[in-house]
Amino acid sequence: MAEKDKYLIFLGCLIPYRVAAYEISTRRILQKLDVELVEMPEFNCCGLPMDPVDHKMMLIMAARNLAVAEQQCSDILTLCSGCSGTLRKVNKAVKENKKLWRSINTNLNKAGLKVEGSIEVKHLVQVLIEDLGLERIKDSIVNPLTTLKVAEHSGCHILRPKESAGFDDPEDPKMLKSLIEITGAKCLDYMNESECCGAPSSGINDKIALQLTKDKLNHIKSVGAQALITICPFCHMMYDTNQGRIEKMFRENYGIPILHYPQLLGLAMGFSPVDLAFGDLRVDASNIYACTSELR
Amino acid sequence: MITVETYQTHVETSGIDKRFKYEISRFPGGEKLLDCFQCGTCTSDCPIARFSDTYRPRQIIRMAQLGLRERVLSSETIWLCASCFTCSDHCPRGVEVADVMRVLRNLTTQQGHIPRIFRELGSSILESGYAYRIPKRRIDRREALGLPLLPKCNPESLAKSLRNVRFRQFLSEKGR
Ligand code: SF4
Ligand code: SF4
Repeated sequence: MAEKDKYLIFLGCLIPYRVAAYEISTRRILQKLDVELVEMPEFNCCGLPMDPVDHKMMLIMAARNLAVAEQQCSDILTLCSGCSGTLRKVNKAVKENKKLWRSINTNLNKAGLKVEGSIEVKHLVQVLIEDLGLERIKDSIVNPLTTLKVAEHSGCHILRPKESAGFDDPEDPKMLKSLIEITGAKCLDYMNESECCGAPSSGINDKIALQLTKDKLNHIKSVGAQALITICPFCHMMYDTNQGRIEKMFRENYGIPILHYPQLLGLAMGFSPVDLAFGDLRVDASNIYACTSELR
Repeated sequence: MITVETYQTHVETSGIDKRFKYEISRFPGGEKLLDCFQCGTCTSDCPIARFSDTYRPRQIIRMAQLGLRERVLSSETIWLCASCFTCSDHCPRGVEVADVMRVLRNLTTQQGHIPRIFRELGSSILESGYAYRIPKRRIDRREALGLPLLPKCNPESLAKSLRNVRFRQFLSEKGR
């Protein structure tokens, strides 16, 4: 893409519903990095929530968003690992599978739309690493977070299935790690790091879903991470919104702040906790920004 | 809780549907069902199986191969899968285990068995485009914070493109 980097931002459903801090902090850091975000002129859910009941419904819903983006001749930037995985998978299928492409278009045509496979879909992390590059991000850092030790959780649909996700190593994810380390913070390894947070099962069996989250929190706690960094609103909800519930349910005590990655980067860029909507976090994160502001 | 019906030790031959495995293999993601050689990698690497007493992906794959159609499709456990795709990535035979679970759920849906959560998500999507009904206070807060307006859905256009989708028909017939 020429001159300024420009993307259609795809918020998905959960972010506007209850995870605004992720959007707010993303807009801050991308503005600082001189990236232009354009709103989707028309939107529907990416389709992932409907895949378990009707695969075809998912395909059509995802393809509609791709078709709308194609009309704008603009690549899509996603924030949710789920939206990201779905739109990327369907985009790939549209480009590579002629038969499927035709059948999707038969359905889109009924609404006067068509999809060609002419754009790309990228998660925020991919845009930061592949399009902007670590050097450019490094240049924007004024407040390195060198005293912080954190852990990462990338989320399933950005890593797997490997074939369609295809940009990080699902057995040993490195992308988010490299983005964390550029802020000056240390990113610790922990057991079962790339395992699921449990979110997709929570509407079916809450207890099992929360057990997955609890298991991960135990591993994160045991390596002494001061915070966990996520890049998906669903994962964030499991770890942050539900942390109090998990503590009660399993008689545990964590108190681990869960930050959206752009909140961490934003602190390193010199934004205030208010600018980055730290107040929205359920688990108090004041010790994180307290120890960063000492550096100023 | 979910019943332990999957541990039944014998099967009635009258309950076997020999075409079931071919039916599954015809769906995208189900193609490799017959290649499974029961190594158990999927179950041992499955985070849900670790915490569930009943969910065992290998067993479901085997029952599907054997043609135990009704038992598989009426089993509550197929809905527990978190679609984390660990099994699909680890299977040495290239079976898309997570996709097979999705095919099985889709088939169950066609019989009218749909966990409530999916009816809720589905009807919200058809009405507003969003999977959740976004409260007005959230919209107001966006404005107060100076965030751009939320993109709008065109429900008529969405409905037109979903005209041939079974689940959509299902929601409008029996929904709510
Ligand atoms: S990992 Fe693959 S081959 Fe092994 S039991 Fe599971 S589906 Fe079958
Ligand atoms: S996709 Fe489902 S069956 Fe496979 S490992 Fe994940 S939870 Fe288990």
